[in-house]
Amino acid sequence: MTEPGQSWGRYPRARQRIAPLTDRRRELPSFDGSALPYGNGRSYGDSCLNPGGTLLHARGLDRFLAFDPATGVLRCEAGVSFAEIIAMALPQGWFLPVTPGTRYVTVGGAIANDVHGKNHHGSGNFGHHLRCFELLRSDGSRRVCTPADELFAATVGGLGLTGAITWAEVQLKRVPGPWLEAESIRFGHLDEFFALSAESAHSHEYTVAWIDCLARGRSLGRGHFLRADHAPGEPGLRPPPSTARLSMPFTPPLSLVNRLSLRPFNWAYYHRQRAPRQRASVHYGPYFYPLDGIRDWNRMYGPRGFLQHQCVLPPGSARDGIAALLGEISRSGNGSFLAVLKEFGDIPSRGLLSFPRPGTTLALDFPNTGPAIFALLDRLDAVVAEAGGAVYPAKDARMSGRLFRSAFPQWERFQTHIDPQFSSGFWRRVME
Amino acid sequence: MQRVLIIGAASAIAEATARVYAARGAALFLVGRDAERLAGIAADLSVRGAAKTAVRALDVNVYEAHQAVLDAAWSEFGEIDLVLIAHGTLPDQPACEASVELALREFSTNGLSTIALATAIAPRLKAGATLAAISSVAGDRGRASNYLYGSAKAAVSTFFSGLRQRLNADGINVLTIKPGFVDTPMTQSFKKGALWAKPDQVAHGIAAAVDRRRGVAYLPWFWWGIMQVIKNIPEFVFRRVKL
Ligand SMILES: Cc1cc2nc3c(=O)[nH]c(=O)nc-3n(C[C@H](O)[C@H](O)[C@H](O)COP(=O)(O)OP(=O)(O)OC[C@H]3O[C@@H](n4cnc5c(N)ncnc54)[C@H](O)[C@@H]3O)c2cc1C
Repeated sequence: MTEPGQSWGRYPRARQRIAPLTDRRRELPSFDGSALPYGNGRSYGDSCLNPGGTLLHARGLDRFLAFDPATGVLRCEAGVSFAEIIAMALPQGWFLPVTPGTRYVTVGGAIANDVHGKNHHGSGNFGHHLRCFELLRSDGSRRVCTPADELFAATVGGLGLTGAITWAEVQLKRVPGPWLEAESIRFGHLDEFFALSAESAHSHEYTVAWIDCLARGRSLGRGHFLRADHAPGEPGLRPPPSTARLSMPFTPPLSLVNRLSLRPFNWAYYHRQRAPRQRASVHYGPYFYPLDGIRDWNRMYGPRGFLQHQCVLPPGSARDGIAALLGEISRSGNGSFLAVLKEFGDIPSRGLLSFPRPGTTLALDFPNTGPAIFALLDRLDAVVAEAGGAVYPAKDARMSGRLFRSAFPQWERFQTHIDPQFSSGFWRRVME
Repeated sequence: MQRVLIIGAASAIAEATARVYAARGAALFLVGRDAERLAGIAADLSVRGAAKTAVRALDVNVYEAHQAVLDAAWSEFGEIDLVLIAHGTLPDQPACEASVELALREFSTNGLSTIALATAIAPRLKAGATLAAISSVAGDRGRASNYLYGSAKAAVSTFFSGLRQRLNADGINVLTIKPGFVDTPMTQSFKKGALWAKPDQVAHGIAAAVDRRRGVAYLPWFWWGIMQVIKNIPEFVFRRVKL
């Protein structure tokens, strides 16, 4: 369980006052200084933190308003989690239209980062499935925003800065049940990833690859390509996985992710699958949310926390850019447990500051080992900037203001929509 | 289908408990002070699977209004299988020490009104039903920091203990729920430590205690041990302890 006031990477540490939101019809609680809405703290860096200010803890806004099982239109408060939506809707044949790699995010947090999933190439971002939402501002005004409004575009991907979302209406997606038909294909080089991705974009709803970011030379970018589609359950085939969860009960004094553990892990992960192709029916839980099975896994990185780096590189420079990023990482020896690689489709994002855009996205986790890791991340950013790409604010704790402003050129237009009483650690940092 | 009546339905523990029953497909009759707030909770419960919901506003300190609300619940559902009395406030102890009027009003809200409601509800229940009330570990021993609240809850616990004996022969279970520290809007200003539970943890404990037809449920269970210790500190020592 993350304590409110911390982000998932547990870096940076921040102190702020917590003001819970529990009744959507009430005004915002009064606060000194600035405020920022906070969902469930599943952002990695400082975009959900407001050091020295107030966090409006929105998880208490957790009521459903209406659900039509005939059309799949759901209206709910902003603090409802994806896990709660699945628990309610899946038995009735509906699923989230887009989901990130954890089900413990809130609807408000998913809107504010305009999150994407493994189906980006066909379904876009979470914001593409939003019908409307209500925004409550610090002056007490309320606005129901629809996709036709500029305030909608500012708030989708708007990092919580435009006001507090109180409720939202989402179009869910029809599914035959909790099972997916998945295929895992081992590939030996980055170029094979691009070929598999291009081939699968038309044939499969979900695609993603896990790569061994320590492999070099002829094996550069080797990994497993996963593609899947919703499938009718074959009852009796297999029971759904048990919901008993492991947990990381305490924070070890040192990161358990280090040079000693990474190389064998990456090697073993790559070699775990003997056959070049494997097909299986998998339950949605382990398929979409492999890490949700271990509670508080972020503690594994020790007391100094960890940093994620997720970037997207445009199609023209993606192949060489990704190779350059992997080269930097491999040379530094500071590996990531697993690197995630995925091709975004070309559906234009609706938010002024949405991260997804056509190209290839790479996500990596690094334990916070101090200056060396920050230097490596700066080198990665230099590659991203050179390639004309962007870094994902939801997973960032240290990119430069310059990179942010060049990668999100609509920031100036966005700025006019910020609630004058709202701010975040991230925003102050990149506006410096 | 279970038919459930909840009094004080907008409290965090009650709302969490109502969600457990909604997911089981129960019918829920919600009573609380603010009808609009209850309507919002009822809509949520319907989406979560409640077969039916109804709401009714009541100020529990207006005793004359109790019977009409109970009549409404019984005529709506015909029969009630579970009644949960869950309303309460957290009195400002120093303010209660300074005002007899406030002290008695708080005692009424947290103690007398529950006794009045339970008295009126008991004859309406049939064999197999459960009457549950949220008391508190604070009722097990008076402490300087909140004895107004504690003594009102002690009255509820003792009343329920007697009622349990009386209704046992009729096959009606009477359940006293004693939560410890729960992280709710009522305790928003408190610093939270390891002993604090979340409302939905307590809610699942309540549903389990109802299912097993238990008489007294400390929630979470470890409070039973803590209260055994606190109850057994001799008075001559306890009077000097700061709690
Ligand atoms: C294991 C894991 C896997 C992930 N995988 C993905 C992925 O595949 N794709 C992806 O896009 N992301 C992914 N993420 C990131 C995650 O989806 C986002 O950070 C998400 O926004 C977190 O939501 P939250 O509810 O925890 O919000 P928080 O992290 O608490 O807040 C996120 C933002 O939302 C704002 N906010 C929260 N509530 C409101 C509200 N009511 N009104 C207005 N603003 C609000 C905050 O101010 C902040 O700017 C992953 C995270 C983890 C931990």
